[in-house]
Amino acid sequence: MHLELTRVVQGSGRLGVLRGLSRTRPHHSLETPGCLLYTHLGSVPHLTQDTLHTLKDLPSVTQVTLSDIAEHQEVLESFKEGFRKFAGLHDTVLYCSLHDPAALCPAGYTTNKKCTQPDWYTSMADGETWQVNTTRKRVRKSVDRTLAHLDECLLLHHKLPELEEVSVFGVVEGGDIVDERLRSARETAKRPVVGFCLDGFQTGFMEPSVRAQLIAAVTEELPEDKPRLLPGVGRPDEVLACVEAGVDVFEGFFPFQVTERGCALCFRFDVTPDPESAGRAPPAVLELNKEEEVVRNGNVNRDDQTQMTPFEINLKDKRYEDDFGPLVKGCGCYSCQNHQRAYLHHLLVTNELLAGVLLMIHNTSHYLGFFKALRAALASDQLELLKRRVMEAGGRESD
Amino acid sequence: MAAPMQSLTAVSPLTLRIVAECPVTKARACELALPHCTVSTPVFMPVGTQGTLKGITVDQLESLGCQICLGNTYHLGMRPGPELIEKANGLHGFMNWKRNLLTDSGGFQMVSLVELSEVTEEGVRFKSPYDGKEILLSPEKSVSIQNSLGSDIMMQLDDVVSSTVSGPRVEEAMHRSIRWLDRCIAANKNPDKQNLFAIIQGGLNAELRRACLEEMTKRDVPGFAIGGLSGGEEKDDFWRMVTLSTDHLPREKPRYLMGVGYAVDLVVCVALGCDMFDCVFPTRTARFGSALVPWGSVQVKHKQYAKDFQPIDPDCQCPTCKRHSRAYLHALFKSDTAAMHHITIHNISYQLSLMRSVRQSIVEGRFPQFIQTFMRRMFLSRDQYPSWAVDALASVNITLE
Repeated sequence: MHLELTRVVQGSGRLGVLRGLSRTRPHHSLETPGCLLYTHLGSVPHLTQDTLHTLKDLPSVTQVTLSDIAEHQEVLESFKEGFRKFAGLHDTVLYCSLHDPAALCPAGYTTNKKCTQPDWYTSMADGETWQVNTTRKRVRKSVDRTLAHLDECLLLHHKLPELEEVSVFGVVEGGDIVDERLRSARETAKRPVVGFCLDGFQTGFMEPSVRAQLIAAVTEELPEDKPRLLPGVGRPDEVLACVEAGVDVFEGFFPFQVTERGCALCFRFDVTPDPESAGRAPPAVLELNKEEEVVRNGNVNRDDQTQMTPFEINLKDKRYEDDFGPLVKGCGCYSCQNHQRAYLHHLLVTNELLAGVLLMIHNTSHYLGFFKALRAALASDQLELLKRRVMEAGGRESD
Repeated sequence: MAAPMQSLTAVSPLTLRIVAECPVTKARACELALPHCTVSTPVFMPVGTQGTLKGITVDQLESLGCQICLGNTYHLGMRPGPELIEKANGLHGFMNWKRNLLTDSGGFQMVSLVELSEVTEEGVRFKSPYDGKEILLSPEKSVSIQNSLGSDIMMQLDDVVSSTVSGPRVEEAMHRSIRWLDRCIAANKNPDKQNLFAIIQGGLNAELRRACLEEMTKRDVPGFAIGGLSGGEEKDDFWRMVTLSTDHLPREKPRYLMGVGYAVDLVVCVALGCDMFDCVFPTRTARFGSALVPWGSVQVKHKQYAKDFQPIDPDCQCPTCKRHSRAYLHALFKSDTAAMHHITIHNISYQLSLMRSVRQSIVEGRFPQFIQTFMRRMFLSRDQYPSWAVDALASVNITLE
């Protein structure tokens, strides 16, 4: 695996293409900044292959989590042909992430990798440092432990021929302690890893400004030509901040969270001048209701993950009962091309399963569109404009 | 070959063309021309109660070859209500289904929600389970809602009595259903676009059934349903009422047997002369992990399938069987709702394929042989054959081997 950078703007992020993702599937590449395809046991939530493939330009990398797979290890061992085939996956690169840092011994963990046969995974890590009062001693231990796991992991890679084709990412720990973060970054960078996973920065773990600073400091210590993956961050505003701090790859779980609360992403990310509004005054920032005020103030409670963000509309709201427009005007996804807000409202009110399907399609499409726009903005020096556009309140009102 | 029945008014919204009739049984294969497209019968109609087939997009439903599906007047009348659906260009517009829709009248909810309902000559008084509000579902109201929904086939509001009830209530309900049929016919605002079907009642009483048939067939309706069955009655009584009904229904109009969907029941009742069927069973059981197959069912959630790497049915051509194994679906049930959707797609495919095979065999004059093969596949041995099915088929000249 290697990262071909096409553009690096100091303090503004990097544009590139990740190639060599899979030795068995050399045609796949991932444009960065980009996101992975989030799944539950290989299935994008709510979707079958038919509904999934109404989406164009899916990420070439499918993410599956260790906890999902661990439960089925015995079955995978009986199956013998790897997780990808077990799940009936389309032609895709398989990335196995360490979603919940587990206490498995490295050997067991690597056996798991053997029967899963991912193309790429993150090494075992100790990331239990998100609690507010984690001591420096505990953080230091987590950095040490993580490095020790990585070394054992790399040793096993050396020994086991079936892991030869599999790429390993090292994990940078260190909580919110700068020194430990830098130490973790420097030490991990010394190892022959293919890329870096910046753990412990998940939304809600620390103040966004602290996170951005720490990530920037960490990425300074990392080799320029290796990708940086940031798990647990998905909100568009946070993605933008982290791209500026030097992150290349994000997990794609955010559309799922939005779907689960019955909401549809609607924030704007178009930066090409709109001939109809060019020359007019920019849209006013609408009065936010109380709920959104709280979110904007940067409440870092982990429970925020289930609360609405300013980037979406709540289709259960009565105002959408007779709104016959699409979820987002101009959106080309299956849901917007075939259905209306009023119908989605009805499906949500009556608790119908189809709501999840249609929202997942739309939210995924919208989110992927955002990443595409992000890359385009980086290419044409329009990141500031994109940031302003994304934060505009106008997108949420119906037309 | 029968000439299409034309009503005396302008273009009929329903035309039945009989393509083949089984020389041995009472089965027919037909083309049922409806406003949105032509439906090949015998047909199984999946049920999309609240304006959606649970978890399945209209595209997926279309790809499976579905030509007609159901919506429910009672539920949709409650939420989101007829006015909103009218604004959305009818139920077709609201759910974006381009083929045919059949709406039932809300009558069945009288039985299923009996705690919350009271029947008078006026109509059925319901207490809404959602907000406690009382509503009166009269024949006029039911038809009005169905007019707003814009379904291709509407059902009359009938006075539905559980098939396990006997005595004077059954007779009262039968007579009232006739009166309500007339009120429904009078209330239909769109007879040129929407077909109102009558529903034959009479419980398990042959006399009452015959009386009902005699009266209702005097009315000029485009089709008839056989109602009041499939509710827990003995199968021995069930099939006798079905065959009695088809004996007295006009040949040139479609016969819709309500609430029937088990594979064996479908095959037998086609032999008894029925053309259309609906049932929630295939889609509901899918969500519990039960996949329907020619030899019964595969309970995908059961431990025994954890390492079974075959598809649900190796011969099935549905998207689920072409891509996924029982083992994967078994595992997926623990992780994501998508597992239910996979099985739902398979079960709908199974039902529609079954009916296609049935129809093809009628067209090719080999329906009796089809029945033999079907039964052999479904049951382990001859002595496992349900006796009611043996008797029912015998009544139409099929001796099961």
